[in-house]
Amino acid sequence: MRNHSFRQWVIRGILLAVFSIMVFPLLMLFANSLMGKQELLETFGAVLADSGEYAGMRIFPAYPTLRAYVRLLLDSPEYFTAFWNSMIQTVGVVFGQLLAAVPAAWAFAQFHFPGKRILWLVYMILMILPFQVTMVSGYLVLNAAGLMDTRAAVILPGIFSTLPVFILRKTFAGIPGEILEAARIDGAGDLRIFFGIGIPLGVPGIFSVMILSFLEYWNAIEQPMTYLKTKSLWPLSLYLPQMVNSEAAAAFAASIVTLLPAVLLFFWGQDYLEQGIVASGRL
Amino acid sequence: MIPFLDVVRRSFLQAVGNGFVGLENYRTVLENKAFRLAAGNTVRFMLTCLPLLMILSLFLAVLVRKAVRFQRWMKTGFLLPMAIPAASVVIFFKLVFDEKGWLGRLTGALGMEAVDWLASDWAFLVLVACYIWKNLGYDIILWLAGLGAILGEQYEAARVQGAGEWACFWYITLPQLKETVFVTGLLSFVNAFRVFREAYLLAGDYPHESIYMLQHLFNNWFVNLDIQKMTAAAVMLVIVTGAAIVPLSIRKGEMDEKS
Repeated sequence: MRNHSFRQWVIRGILLAVFSIMVFPLLMLFANSLMGKQELLETFGAVLADSGEYAGMRIFPAYPTLRAYVRLLLDSPEYFTAFWNSMIQTVGVVFGQLLAAVPAAWAFAQFHFPGKRILWLVYMILMILPFQVTMVSGYLVLNAAGLMDTRAAVILPGIFSTLPVFILRKTFAGIPGEILEAARIDGAGDLRIFFGIGIPLGVPGIFSVMILSFLEYWNAIEQPMTYLKTKSLWPLSLYLPQMVNSEAAAAFAASIVTLLPAVLLFFWGQDYLEQGIVASGRL
Repeated sequence: MIPFLDVVRRSFLQAVGNGFVGLENYRTVLENKAFRLAAGNTVRFMLTCLPLLMILSLFLAVLVRKAVRFQRWMKTGFLLPMAIPAASVVIFFKLVFDEKGWLGRLTGALGMEAVDWLASDWAFLVLVACYIWKNLGYDIILWLAGLGAILGEQYEAARVQGAGEWACFWYITLPQLKETVFVTGLLSFVNAFRVFREAYLLAGDYPHESIYMLQHLFNNWFVNLDIQKMTAAAVMLVIVTGAAIVPLSIRKGEMDEKS
């Protein structure tokens, strides 16, 4: 018994060590966001303003203040613009994906049609290809449609991502055939079955997809970088790194505000996120 | 309707490759020095990261399963980096890896010379660390799902016959994880391309040459509107990935039919 509990402590020790490394950046960002301008300069002057010898490290600010947040929220309209750009972009993609991926996944899971295997293969390859490979074709299409440098250029291609289809297909395929059979005998049509049984039973999968997509597009860099030239359309993911150079004092607070929506959503929906990851692992 | 739209998109993809691009472009690309550097770096990155990440995450997943308490907390912590946007941690990485940053301070205290980590050969390792930090949780969850599917009775039976911890892992766990190994590898590979975000935000268009990836190259070609080179390279990448995926998925299809 003694031996057993010793092993438990070793396991906990290792896990805790890794856990700390994983969480450390977030804690530091948060702690630093509470520092005043002066304290920041004293501590990190070496890195941020090229003065002093080495950057210091403080886990607890000596004079915690919310001034950085106040300044960020009141005095930086550009940050607000970027924040809303991010919101529009992300929410647009997430809801668009639902409209596109839910029916597509349902079709893959429930119907047999010619060329299904081939089409599925194409989907799989599309999922694996990195953005940079499909970037040219995307550009050609968007350019021909006159959508370059608009929000639609980021949102539209995002809507037709393939990962949600994979996850949702798995969810829909898990619906027991007997239920559908029973509905059909009772005279329900395909549409009725889709809306009355498929969607309600698929809700957990739909949540998983929404969370995964939100995290992905909140963090999107390649797409806006390629398709958006106008800086006032830039999302936070592009705007923030510039801010680090120009307004270091507010940069920590800005980083925290930027990650807040994603992290809050993560805490709320961790179970769905895990389910989504598991589903993505069962291609 | 959606598959149809997708086919349209795909047709563009092929039209670009087959339309007016002869083999000449392929030769230019293959002879291009930047392409060779980038392709080499990408391959090297994959070969370093994927085994490292997969072994580390499998190890941790096994530990998490063995841990009696705090499992949920651990998962929260491991998954958290996934939710943190790359842009937010840029400033943190600056603090760590700047010439005068924390890492420099540490090595300075140990009597080593401080370097600007991102502008030296170390940049490669920084990027590897970055990738592992971000993707560890994802892979752990995948492994946990795979491990959870193995029946507990098998272990009990083996233990009754005197099998040790290690033998159990080697003869029961690993063989049944084959499928999970494949999928985890595949998804880690997909996610590995996203490390470009961190690389780009930290080091810009033209980073140190040890982390100049295919993604940088494509991006720079795009900026110069070097469409021919891009399409040729894209088609090659599609063929390479397709060649890897098709046999695997056919095998998988056969397995699905059997079961």
